[in-house]
Amino acid sequence: MDDPRAYHLSMFDPDNPTRRWHDMGGDAAGPVPTDQHDFSMWEKRVDALMIIGAANGYFTVDGLRRVLEDMGEDAFEKMTYYERWIASVNRNLIEGGAYTTAQLAAKMAEVSARGDTYGDAAAPK
Amino acid sequence: MTQYVRVKPMMPPGHVRTPMYLRGKIGVIERSLGAFPNPEDLAYGNTAQALPLHRVRFTMAQVWGADAEAPNDTLDAEIYEHWLEPADAP
Amino acid sequence: MPHDHHDHDHLSPSGHPYRADDDTSLSYWQTMEIAVRELLVEKGVTTAAEIAAQIETMDARAPSNGAKVVARAWTDPVFHAALMENAGDATRNMGFDIGPLHLIAVENTDDVHNMIVCTLCSCYPRNLLGLPPDWYKSRAYRSRTVREPRSVLAEFGVTLPDTTKVRVHDSTADMRYIVIPARPQGTENMSQTELADLVTRDSMIGTGVAKTP
Repeated sequence: MDDPRAYHLSMFDPDNPTRRWHDMGGDAAGPVPTDQHDFSMWEKRVDALMIIGAANGYFTVDGLRRVLEDMGEDAFEKMTYYERWIASVNRNLIEGGAYTTAQLAAKMAEVSARGDTYGDAAAPK
Repeated sequence: MTQYVRVKPMMPPGHVRTPMYLRGKIGVIERSLGAFPNPEDLAYGNTAQALPLHRVRFTMAQVWGADAEAPNDTLDAEIYEHWLEPADAP
Repeated sequence: MPHDHHDHDHLSPSGHPYRADDDTSLSYWQTMEIAVRELLVEKGVTTAAEIAAQIETMDARAPSNGAKVVARAWTDPVFHAALMENAGDATRNMGFDIGPLHLIAVENTDDVHNMIVCTLCSCYPRNLLGLPPDWYKSRAYRSRTVREPRSVLAEFGVTLPDTTKVRVHDSTADMRYIVIPARPQGTENMSQTELADLVTRDSMIGTGVAKTP
């Protein structure tokens, strides 16, 4: 599994191996949704982390897209846009050597112990 | 001379930027954009060769056949040169 | 009531609800965001100030920037020519901080209506117009626009005569696109500032037209 492409070969729909879920141009779909929201601070921070991670050479926008694609259609349907982005940014940063999985696990445990809301957890005392 | 090109009907399983709905379709080069690093390598953190990138214009009739909403409407997409081959007028 | 300053019904200045944030229970993905951010700071990759500055930079990018570009293109033939030749350079030369963005301007006329989509993800000229609207990233818009653009346009309230050709642009690679909407009738004596107020975000994506005064 040294070559990430070997792993990638498994990331298709067994029933339709040549068509990948994100490649949706031309599909039938319902009305275009009109809901709109303003971005919250945590979403803006995810956006900033993507730009900064890429600017520091840890990954490219195509690396971001690759992981988003490999996360699969279920993630597209069930997670919000920036939830998917932080998952992809994180995985690209680990692949790029910015920190280790163990360091992430320890930090996430530390963060979630700070409080029950984003406001409390994002502001270490 | 209008240069017709066909999008190669390749079906690689990895990260590519050529939409499925255009594969095998014939269009014309609307303009050439210069060379850009191959996203198929960038996606995996590999060294990427810069490849010529072209804007290709298709008619909706070419893309969707008899199902086209308006046959003479057009669709433009950026396609890397390794996905294109010369073609005769459709 | 420690959280009574957070009102779920409160609308932002743009009239949209804020997405739940500080006032809801901490989610797994929010935990990950905080952890990733703090790790990058601890490792010396970035600083809290740099993250804040990046957010400020993105917040400053908004449709109003594109509207100024359009209004100038409507009134300044030399700029118009430069914009159609190389929209990235023309926009940078106008003073907008769009980074290395490769931008192409496509112009609507009586004969042609341009419309932008990204079927593979959500490519958008964010360095000029800011972050894309939610619908631009939706399955419906990404799927249908390349196949039935007129039907999608009708949902946005835009109906075109059969004699107007629709050109859909799928942002598949390194270019980003801005639509220069047609200049509305009856605007001959308006200033660039007044004209810019007529240019909506959707008119620069091609799902709308410029407002009439």
